[in-house]
Amino acid sequence: MSEEQIKNLEAQFEARIARDEKIEAKDWMPEKYRKTHIRQMSQHAHSEIVGMLPEGNWITRAPSLRRKVALLAKVQDEAGHGLYLYSACETLGISRDELYEQLHSGKAKYSSIFNYPTVTWADMGAIGWLVDGAAIINQVPLCNTSYGPYARAMVRVCKEESFHQRQGYEIMIKLANGTPEQKEMAQDALNRWWWPSLMMLGPTDAESIHTEQSMKWKLKRKSNDDLRQQFIDQTVPQADLIGLTIPDPDLKWNEEKGSYDFGDIDWDEFWQVVKGHGPCNKERMNARVGAWERGEWVRDAAMAHAEKQQQRKEKQAV
Amino acid sequence: MSTKNWPLWEVFVRSKNGLEHRHFGSLHAADADMALENARDVYTRRNEGVSIWVVESKNITASNPQHNGEMFEPAQDKVYRHPTFYELPDEVKYM
Ligand SMILES: [Fe+2]
Ligand SMILES: [Fe+2]
Repeated sequence: MSEEQIKNLEAQFEARIARDEKIEAKDWMPEKYRKTHIRQMSQHAHSEIVGMLPEGNWITRAPSLRRKVALLAKVQDEAGHGLYLYSACETLGISRDELYEQLHSGKAKYSSIFNYPTVTWADMGAIGWLVDGAAIINQVPLCNTSYGPYARAMVRVCKEESFHQRQGYEIMIKLANGTPEQKEMAQDALNRWWWPSLMMLGPTDAESIHTEQSMKWKLKRKSNDDLRQQFIDQTVPQADLIGLTIPDPDLKWNEEKGSYDFGDIDWDEFWQVVKGHGPCNKERMNARVGAWERGEWVRDAAMAHAEKQQQRKEKQAV
Repeated sequence: MSTKNWPLWEVFVRSKNGLEHRHFGSLHAADADMALENARDVYTRRNEGVSIWVVESKNITASNPQHNGEMFEPAQDKVYRHPTFYELPDEVKYM
């Protein structure tokens, strides 16, 4: 194809998206669109998968059967989200194996928030309430994104997320209304998860590199700072309601703006964790890679069994 | 390193009797039985279905959107396939 032909196709492509048409897997697309989508969707899938680890830590020690079945179901949902997203990503011509290889080699990123430890049961509450809460704010606009398979996967994901946030907030309510020690535990979890949750919504707009192109392709519909403000404004009253304090001395309602002012985010910490120096980066990758390697014989055995069954069937047919 | 990867399967789910099977997504599985079981766990955790079909992705032949012209244009100028093409006197009811 000549350069001019490609320019032409690109213009038609952008016009389709501007008209709110969806792009499907076999449609022509600019190489950059394909690459950007593989990167964002796989990062998203990896986050769902690695995100199971901090919560998996507490399944066997949940304080009651009710909490245990809920947490188990939530973590199972996250596995499902990872799978929806991996399969949507594979429609762009990358194999599952390549995707795993990118995660396991450290080439691909996942959400930094999962590199923080879960040290008490209250962390299960804080994660559901804050981390899933921030994820929902990030994800809802993606239900209308331009790439059809991604948008459809996100519709399913979003439907399932609201239970995650509720079960987390319910844990926080119970602890906040419990003994002084329990309340303290809830407050401690909020203290530790608040700032990383704000960072989860991404670098400030001034430092965000991909925003303009992503807006055009509807990979993003609101800026990181707008999403963060939305998260803060909806979460602060929820903390007030259960008597917990947001760990930010500069947090103040701004009547004029109709939203909260808040303190400075420690972006150095964010970039440190992104670069691999968070409290649990190594532990998470070891757990993930270890599970994959220890599962190899199972995958091979299943394949050998399937082949044997197939051969038997063919023999009988003769 | 495994020598063979699990193949890819497309999953179709009938959400209730009376409706058609609809494409839900895909997954990897060693064989059809495992694909069905995985499809149940991945796509119907909340009673989304009463019946599941799985088809190995390599067995699907798809049309190419770049040829949508030749493929679908022939239907575009056949207005006589629609009831509005035919002129009837106003007095005719129920037709
Ligand atoms: Fe999720
Ligand atoms: Fe979730």
